[in-house]
Amino acid sequence: MAEGRVVGIDLGTTNSLVAYMEGEAPVVIPGADGLNLVPSVVALDPIPADGGRPTITVGNTARRALMETPERVVYSVKRLMGRGLEEIQEELKLFPFRLAEDAQSGPPDPNEVPRIQLGEMRFTPPEISAYVLRQLKRNAERYFGSAVTQAVITVPAYFNDAQRQATKDAGRMAGLEVLRLVNEPTAAALAYGLDRAKEGTIAVYDLGGGTFDISILKLRDGIFEVQSTNGDTHLGGDDIDNLLIAIALGEIFAENGVDLRPYPGAVQAVRKAAIEAKIKLSTEEEARFDIELPNGDRYKREIPREVFEMLIEPVLERTAGPCKRALADAGITPAEIDEVVLVGGSTRIPAVRQLVDDLFQLQARGKKPHTELNPDEVVALGAAVQAGILAGASKTTEEMLLLDVTPLSLGIEALGGTVARIIQRNSTIPASATEHFTTGVDGQTNVAIHVVQGERELASDCRSLARFDLKGIPPMSAGLPRIEVKFLIDADGILNVTAREQRSGTEAQIEVKATYGLTDEQVESMILDSFDNAEADFAKRLLIEARNEAATILAAVERAPQSAAWTQLTADEKTKVAVARDYLAAKMQEDDAEAIREAVQILDLATRRFAELMMEAAVSTAIGGKTMAAASEDMGDEIAAPHPMAAAEFK
Amino acid sequence: MLNVLNDAVPVACWSCSIGHNDSTLFCPHCSKIQPPPGGDYFSVFNLEPRLNLDLKALEQEFHRLSRKLHPDRFARALENEKQWSLADTALLNDAYRTLKDPLRRTEYLLKLLGNGVTEEHNHTDSAGGASKDTSRVPADLLEEAFELNMQLEEMRFARKSGAEDPELLASLEDAKKKFTALLEAVDRDLRVCWTAWDGGDAAARQAQQKKMVALLDRRRYLSNLVRDVNEVMGA
Repeated sequence: MAEGRVVGIDLGTTNSLVAYMEGEAPVVIPGADGLNLVPSVVALDPIPADGGRPTITVGNTARRALMETPERVVYSVKRLMGRGLEEIQEELKLFPFRLAEDAQSGPPDPNEVPRIQLGEMRFTPPEISAYVLRQLKRNAERYFGSAVTQAVITVPAYFNDAQRQATKDAGRMAGLEVLRLVNEPTAAALAYGLDRAKEGTIAVYDLGGGTFDISILKLRDGIFEVQSTNGDTHLGGDDIDNLLIAIALGEIFAENGVDLRPYPGAVQAVRKAAIEAKIKLSTEEEARFDIELPNGDRYKREIPREVFEMLIEPVLERTAGPCKRALADAGITPAEIDEVVLVGGSTRIPAVRQLVDDLFQLQARGKKPHTELNPDEVVALGAAVQAGILAGASKTTEEMLLLDVTPLSLGIEALGGTVARIIQRNSTIPASATEHFTTGVDGQTNVAIHVVQGERELASDCRSLARFDLKGIPPMSAGLPRIEVKFLIDADGILNVTAREQRSGTEAQIEVKATYGLTDEQVESMILDSFDNAEADFAKRLLIEARNEAATILAAVERAPQSAAWTQLTADEKTKVAVARDYLAAKMQEDDAEAIREAVQILDLATRRFAELMMEAAVSTAIGGKTMAAASEDMGDEIAAPHPMAAAEFK
Repeated sequence: MLNVLNDAVPVACWSCSIGHNDSTLFCPHCSKIQPPPGGDYFSVFNLEPRLNLDLKALEQEFHRLSRKLHPDRFARALENEKQWSLADTALLNDAYRTLKDPLRRTEYLLKLLGNGVTEEHNHTDSAGGASKDTSRVPADLLEEAFELNMQLEEMRFARKSGAEDPELLASLEDAKKKFTALLEAVDRDLRVCWTAWDGGDAAARQAQQKKMVALLDRRRYLSNLVRDVNEVMGA
């Protein structure tokens, strides 16, 4: 395949997955450990004493390091993606993120991209996510045996522009061309939509590790048209864990007189117990804490499901508002929802299912929410479907098309600090708006524009996206210049801006300075291979493997004339082997892995009869002179002796 | 006027070089995607400007064009085709969003015909500014609207201090009913205008346009009032 496969990636708060379209069905690609879920945990290994390159561990291994060396490990970094220092203060109280303390002069810039301290090194959130993405990329490459360079990555539907941009940056750092960002609930709908009724209105309720989304879609003839979306990018299973942890820590302090908070390792042990208890309470009526404390005491406590449900009710209740707003924006009532799809690990909690049932009046209408697909995997499967749509490679996806919306209104700051909305939330993307600006003072040559995202009336209450200056306006009387500015939200939900002065026909220069986020140059400098190029890149690795394979088969051909079977070949057959051998030897000198593999196959074909003769000889010796056919009858169908020259399997 | 807008400038297709009408999304000869055409939102759907539209047919056409234009179909195409797919789809989506909603459709048509409120943002150096809609109070509603606003203030105050005044609540309920009914009347009048405009000659259309501008103003004012009442009553 010329262009390679496009994979679908669910970059989750807690776990991440990679999937692809295997023929007509999406399939999750397991890691080397055979597991589908890669925990979104990143650890910095101890720096080698000999001054070697530092290495990074991702996934289950990194999670194990969490207890031993919590100061070198980070998780739930998705909560920090695309956010400025000022915005993440709340998260810092709840999560053990260690921010690097820069010895910079002057007050810190509230919009600066935070840096996380891992051991001796510091990383931005997109870099941490890039390590997770690189792991998934490697898992896929290992699985396919070929390079993977293009991906579809999912994001929470309610992610704003900066959070989306940060996710795209992470992809680029990991060496992936991000063909599309897809909203997680919409991806889930795609996964379900493959074999489902072609028409109807569906609601996707997605409560993940750290984010909540609700999307309402209309399905018709393979077109998935999102009607509305709403959510909370900081609400999820993490919040439930934090509640349990806070209670345990409080009780341990009260009963055992130990304040665990200064001991990150001990807090992680409590966190692990809290998560286990939460999971257990989805199927059992009761769970218990039994944690060994640093002083040797044990903290024991029983948690009945009833108590758990009372505790988490305020968290779950926070999902009701977004659901109601999404219904209102779609202009429909709960009774008009034909189907509800549950996504995200947190939807395994019975109280969540009850809430969904109440919100959409399911039981009352004799309906049940869809949970047939694994809620942890369904988003990745949908991402693979979208990857299939983009690659245009599958018959199943040929007729499918996703029409998504922008979750937040786009506006510009007007006089008095109010917001003039130019693109309403829930507009189908790509969407655009053209605005005209002029000057207020004679001879004015630039105009400042402040773009914000959000639903509030005042610009200061919305999320600042970018400020730009329209420069190079020809000096004219006030009000005479007419600058046309085009705002376009692309299919990834990311804003693009262009401007033109219409009276003089000059292109007005714009310098878009994103309020949050990394510059292009910064992203460039963070591309993982430039930091950590200790590993040969994939093409090189493939070439080395192909050459090894070639060397093995050439050595075997070299020894062939010594074998008795060789004499049974015709002269013609021997010539063919010699030609194929020389061809491979020549190809080996070149740098084309694909060509080498092809030459190996040609030689393999040319030596097939010789191989059969050798095998027959070997078998008849072993079983005492029977013919090959007779021998195979004796042994049933199990005979499967390998080609004596078969290339070794490369993993 | 409309003919001027729709006047097609022949341009050459970037791919096959054969000249075609400017208001086309695809080259009629080689079917390749073209840069965004210059026409209005109606022409995107190959429609004459009209105020009564068959929404079902509009949706079908929207889906048909989406399938052909969407950036998902051009993920591995040439860079310029990708850009045009993005721009064309944005135009298609903007057009569909505007035309499927009868009020937005009416506002758009009026603006197209020069009857709309011109929106130009006056910007000074320090702060940008976009015109906020400042709807005039219709003369016949002046008194009632004033009274309603007073009652709303009272209610807000009562809500804050935790006191409930059943009499006030009942009178607000009445006002809400009354203004909702007025809103419905405006919508009925608008529908009459649409049909008259669609079927009218140039002079008749001019008259309808004037009417519609006034009706839209009145509607904006009424719907703001109803929204305020709903907000205060904690709907």
